[in-house]
Formats: sequence, C-alpha cells, structure tokens
Amino acid sequence: MDKKNNIHVRRLEENIFKSLMVFSTGAIVLALALILWTVIRKGLPHLSLGMLTQAPKSGYYLGKDGGILNAILGSLYLTGGAALLAILVSLPVVLYLNVYLKKGSPLAYIARFSFDILWGIPSIVYGAFGFTIMLLFGVKSSLLGGMIAVTFLIFPIMSRSMDEVVRMVPGELMDASYALGATKLETAFKVVVRQALPGISTAVLISFGRGIGDAASLIFTAGFTDSLPTSLLAPAATLPLAIFFQFGTPMPEVQGRAYASALTLTLIILVISVAARLLTRKFTKHVV
Amino acid sequence: MLLKPNVSVHNLNVFYGKDHVLHDVSVEIPNKKITVIIGPSGCGKTTLLKSFNRLIDSVDGVKVTGEVLVDGENIYDPKAEVTHIRKKMGLLSQRPYPLPMSIYDNVAYGPRLCGEKNKKKLDRIVEHFLHTASLWDEVKDKLNSPAARLSVGQQQRLCLARGLAVGPEIILGDEPTSALDPKSSKHIEERFMELKQYYTIILVTHILRQAKRLADYVLFLYMGRLIEHGPAKEIFENPKEKMTKEYIQGIIS
Ligand SMILES: Nc1ncnc2c1ncn2[C@@H]1O[C@H](COP(=O)(O)OP(=O)(O)O)[C@@H](O)[C@H]1O
Ligand SMILES: [Mg+2]
Repeated sequence: MDKKNNIHVRRLEENIFKSLMVFSTGAIVLALALILWTVIRKGLPHLSLGMLTQAPKSGYYLGKDGGILNAILGSLYLTGGAALLAILVSLPVVLYLNVYLKKGSPLAYIARFSFDILWGIPSIVYGAFGFTIMLLFGVKSSLLGGMIAVTFLIFPIMSRSMDEVVRMVPGELMDASYALGATKLETAFKVVVRQALPGISTAVLISFGRGIGDAASLIFTAGFTDSLPTSLLAPAATLPLAIFFQFGTPMPEVQGRAYASALTLTLIILVISVAARLLTRKFTKHVV
Repeated sequence: MLLKPNVSVHNLNVFYGKDHVLHDVSVEIPNKKITVIIGPSGCGKTTLLKSFNRLIDSVDGVKVTGEVLVDGENIYDPKAEVTHIRKKMGLLSQRPYPLPMSIYDNVAYGPRLCGEKNKKKLDRIVEHFLHTASLWDEVKDKLNSPAARLSVGQQQRLCLARGLAVGPEIILGDEPTSALDPKSSKHIEERFMELKQYYTIILVTHILRQAKRLADYVLFLYMGRLIEHGPAKEIFENPKEKMTKEYIQGIIS
C-alpha cells in the first residue's frame, strides 16, 4: 500500500516537472518566434536588393534612395577582425589554463573567475574603456578603434566558452600524446585543439554573434559614416548603429528600413553560423 | 655490458599530496622478457607503471623520491629530458585513446614529432608497424579514415603500432586488455608473446590467469609495497611470502 502510494507521488512529481520543462521550452521558443516574426513582418517589405548593395545617398535617413552596404561591410570587417584578435588572445590563454596549469591551480581559478566577471560588464563600459585606450594612442574613432573595443567585449565570452570545451578533453588523451614523446605545446595544438575543435568553433560563433549585434561599445569607438569602409583608421558604419539611427527618425518609411536592417543582421548571423557548422563538420570527423 | 637492465628502480617512493602510495620500491626489470605487475586494485600498479615514463608528472600534487634508471640514466634527475625518456617507451592504457586524426596520422605521430617528413619513409614506417600490430590487413584500404571509427580492439592494436613507431625499447601496458572482448584480448596477448624477443615488456594486470599465461617475471604489489618479485614459476608455484601465496590462491584480493 505504502509502496503504491510512493509510486503515485513519484509519478505526479514526474508529470509536474515534465510539464514545467515543456512550458519553459515552449515559452522560450514562442518568444524567439515572436521577435523573429516581428522583424520579418516589418522588415521584409522594406528589404530590397538596392538596400543591400548601395551606400546611403543624401537624404537616405529622410526616406530617399540608398542602402546600408556601408554598415553591412563595416560590421563584417569590424566583427571579423575583432573575432580574429579575440581568437589570438583566447586560444593561448585557454590552452595555458588547461594544458600547462594543474587542475587545482589558484591562477586558473582566478583567471576563470575574472572572465565570469568581465562577461557581465555592460558593453558601454567596454566602449568607454576602448575610447580611453584610443585617446592614449591618439587613435580617432575608426574601424580599428571599434575592432579593439569589440575584442575586449567578446574576449571573456570566447575564452570562457572555449575553456568549457577544452576542459572536457580527457587527460588520458593528452597522456597518450605525452607518452609518444610530445611536448605540452605539441600536445596542445596537435591533439587538444583538434579534439575540441567543434566546441572552439561554437565559442567563436557565439562571440561573433554577440559582437556583431552590439551597438553600445561602438558609439564612441567606431564612429559612423555614410561611405564604405576603406581604411582601418577611418570611421566605419556598423549595422547596430545604422539600426539605431534609423529607428531614431520619426518617418515610418525609415523605421521600416530599420527593421529591414535588423533582418539583414539576423540573416548574416544565420548564414555565418550555417557555413561555420558545415566547415567544422569537415574538420571534425576525427574527434574521438 | 649487454646485461645492464633497461629499467631498474631504487627506493622509489610516490606521494599523491599526503597519501604515500608507493613505499620504497626497489627492483630490476629483466630485459627482453615480459614482467607482470600483479596486485589488488588500488595497490599502486598504475602508479608504478606511470613512474617508469614520468607520466606521473601530470598528476596533481605528486611527489617522487628515489631513482628510476632507464638505460642507466636516472629519469628523475632534474636535467633529464622527459620527452627523450618517453620515446624509449610505448604505452598501452586501460582504454585505447586514439588521437583525433586518421589511422595513418596516429602511427606517424611519433616519427613526425622526431622530425621525419619524408612521405615514403613515413609510409614504410606506418605499414611496418601496422603489420607488427597485425592490424594492416584490416585497415590498409582506409588509412585516411578516422581512427575513432575502428572497433575498440582495433584501436588498442593501433595504439600498439603507434607506440612502436616511436622506436622504443620498452613497452608498458596498464591492463591493456581490460576494455577488450575475449577475442581482441587474445589478439593483444599474442602480440606481446611475439614482441618480447625484441622489447622489454612491463604489463599491469589484475587477472591472475592472464599473468600466468604471459609472465616471465612477476612483481607482487600490496598496499603500495613490493611484497615479492621473482621469476614467474617461483612466484606462482612456490612463493616465499605468505601474502603472495594468499593472493595467488584467491584468499586476499
Ligand atoms: N590522481 C590521484 N590522486 C590521488 N590519489 C590517487 C590518484 N590516482 C590514484 N590514487 C590513489 O593511489 C593509490 C594507487 O592507485 P593506482 O596506482 O591507480 O592503483 P592500481 O592501478 O593498482 O589500481 C590508490 O589508493 C588510489 O586511490
Ligand atoms: Mg590501475
């Protein structure tokens, strides 16, 4: 009797928690779908080939002709450069934490803890910080300035998410490489990076997505211009700021273009994610 | 001159943090024979084996005192070059860990680390050692496919080929058949019997029957102490220590 009761209670628990999980998943998916739907419904009618292939012409922000090619290119260059810089810093840090330092190392603990804190800092602060550094070196608002600010912004995200996957590489696998006479450096690049490659590429993608969508870090650092980006040291337009400016006008036509720009940004992230997935799959068939 | 042992151990003590896991082990491992380390689980067999190629260095908070001489060189000498020591030994672990690359690249990994770039030479090395590990016929048509797709038994033989390709004098095996099915285990045991003409082989096992099949020389470890060591026949048929006798009769485990 008692036993039966117990089973009833457990089954009830099971059902309650399962419903909760289904509900949460549903709520998240619904919210995402609603956001996407809004962007598509309001943006798609305004999206045109001209918008994707031209820089803004005079009067663009008042509803006249032109496009956002300046911002598309600016965002791609800027975030691409920042992602590259962030990889150059994150990968060595993560390999150092996981291959060179022992598991219980206080230094590793402090490093991880700092990344977690850096992750939570609002992006406007990174913008301000980047701006201070630019002043120090006499760099004006420019593609390079924005790149540096975004690198700071995405570095903790990239390092921490790379760290999580590199940590999962089994110690025995590293031992197998050491046993063959490999040094730590050789093991890090020939074995650990290969084994963690799918996770590393996800980390880069997450960071890229976070970087390309951020406006606040760029206000002071990248500036804005209607011409296409040609120089690292000249101001560059970016999609988040283009969206921000277009939303800022009272004209419904221009606001529609803001949605179209947001849609473009979403599509860029989508295309890059899919492409990166396909590429990584080619390189990761060896993962054990 | 020829009789100098490849591996000899003098007063080896190993600590993991405060735990004293190996007590004062001293032994000479005979050359070109199969030496088997037996003892109940947790007695320090893996630790002893890993101290032979300093893989023990990767354990947190490890401290080692005493000497392990490999070819007369104390590998715990601060001046000893650890990668050089490790190239003298091939290792088979409890579970095979193929490197995340193709079958070919797994075997070529060691030679490439030594700077071998010549494709023809590498081809020859890969084929030769895959033959030695008797894996060649099964993989010769898919050398470029991922090593991870092989069966566990094949992976263990691949790890053997990979270890031999470095050109070691010594083969270390830590319960190398424990993850394998009986047929693959037999396969591996047969390789050891062939290889002992050319290599000094040191195996850890907790399967007494396997020890009896393979061993020329036996070390019996208990709670971190080397209780007894000697030729297999002596240890199995006429052990001097009461504890060894009890372990072999299955009274203690
Ligand atoms: N990484 C480690 N850190 C701390 N203690 C360990 C570690 N590995 C093994 N030990 C301890 O050392 C002792 C010997 O372990 P081991 O050499 O693995 O024994 P065996 O291989 O004979 O089973 C055991 O008591 C085990 O709990
Ligand atoms: Mg063990």
